[in-house]
Amino acid sequence: MNIVIAGAAETDHLGKLPHYSAIGLQLEAARNALADAGLTKDDVDGVAAVGMPGPVQVAHALGVTPAWLDGTGVGGSSFLFHVRHAVAAIRAGLCHTVLITHGESGRSHVGAGRFGLGADSLLGQFELPYGVFGPATTFTVTALRYMKETGLTHEQLAEVAVAQRRWAHLNPRAMMRDLITVDDVLASRMVAYPFHLLECCLVTDGGGALVVTSEERARALGVRKPLVHVLGTGESADSPIVSQMEDFTTSKAFRRSSEAAFAEAKIDHADVDHLMIYDAFAHVPIYGLEDMGFVGRGEAGAFIAEGHTSPGGRLPMNTNGGGLSYTHTGMYGMFAILESVRQLRGEAAAQVPDVELGVVLGNGGMFMSAATLVLANRRP
Amino acid sequence: MTTSPKPAPKPTPDTQPFWDGTAAGELRVQRCLTCSRHYFYPRPSCPRCGSGDVEWVTASGRATLYSYVINHRPAPGFQDDGPYAIAVVELEEGVRMMTNIVGVDITPENLRLDMPLRVVFEQRGDVRVPLFEPAGALR
Repeated sequence: MNIVIAGAAETDHLGKLPHYSAIGLQLEAARNALADAGLTKDDVDGVAAVGMPGPVQVAHALGVTPAWLDGTGVGGSSFLFHVRHAVAAIRAGLCHTVLITHGESGRSHVGAGRFGLGADSLLGQFELPYGVFGPATTFTVTALRYMKETGLTHEQLAEVAVAQRRWAHLNPRAMMRDLITVDDVLASRMVAYPFHLLECCLVTDGGGALVVTSEERARALGVRKPLVHVLGTGESADSPIVSQMEDFTTSKAFRRSSEAAFAEAKIDHADVDHLMIYDAFAHVPIYGLEDMGFVGRGEAGAFIAEGHTSPGGRLPMNTNGGGLSYTHTGMYGMFAILESVRQLRGEAAAQVPDVELGVVLGNGGMFMSAATLVLANRRP
Repeated sequence: MTTSPKPAPKPTPDTQPFWDGTAAGELRVQRCLTCSRHYFYPRPSCPRCGSGDVEWVTASGRATLYSYVINHRPAPGFQDDGPYAIAVVELEEGVRMMTNIVGVDITPENLRLDMPLRVVFEQRGDVRVPLFEPAGALR
């Protein structure tokens, strides 16, 4: 059974939205995605969402009585997991049409608590006592090791932000749009050495949603937008706390989830026209390019610096501007999927010509979990 | 009773022997009696071979610097520290843990990866947490 993304949309606005609650963002995104598909909430019988407010509240608020729920909450990659789980559930006949929602008041903290982890949690005992203060001080701790072992330079790390800003410059919805240079990045405020401000993601409010169903049902319901086929999916996990990650220079979860997705889709790297790699911080796309096998070990920094992922390059990557320049609510994975869908539909702000096949790599936590989607605007 | 405003860990049954160790001025890790490997963080079975036949041993306290960041936007309790190193060290026994580096000015030049370190302990509330300083450095 071919499974498709039939609806995909973001909230009307992204950025600083103190007049929205987290659930309000999810519901607006849900309505927008249903409208995008030309469907109504009565067509939905499956709901997936992360944490609090979770899938029960989303379904109840929308007036959907679900036959299937998924509340998988493994960080910013969760929505890729939801797509994978929805594919399996629809194929298994557990439900027919799944709505996946994301909305997070990541900047304004309206209607949703911040992460609260007890002093007796793993993090509370073995990382928080050392003054970690959010992802900028924990996700980043692997980078110096990677730099020592591969020779990645500070300038190459800065090039990641420069390359993505070139895309954001073309995207009116991106929060940061002015072109920047390596010198600008290295001159920006030091947040957590070796990371400068421009090598760290934005903090925004916003949301997005997807409608996943079978190709057959999408056609029967009269979905008018180009259908995006889910050709392959994969998921995996590494350590719940970054200090216990097996190897600081490579993500096991990136590798495992991508191998599974590529194998299921029966594709090779040369088939990929467009790539989204979750970029909470500038080193993450470097790990992604290598762990997915697009380049060899230690080659990703030069690959990006040479412009191959920039506009006009042979592997367009993070074409909305990414978490570094577009938006990052705290769980960016939904926005990576949505940009892939836009590119495959030919409706992206910075549209790449002739995109037929896209890959999305999602990260959760600090290299904690990962999922990969292979999407295409044609049938398998 | 809090003697420092820095965050203090709260032990669980699985981790109590670790924190009992630091209170006694020892760094304790677990070792699998089946495959002979050390492991960390504390848990009741070996993550390598799955055996539940494990013991607590006292580590040498010697380590090397595996990776770090220098945080310029301090967490609660760290406001008076200036930029400080959130580091991951590799113990002589082969396991890694997050910690802070102390006893040296915190600059990239002073913090070379793989440099030798040794454990020291700092009181945090009711428990003592392991920190590391350059081996041979004067305190």
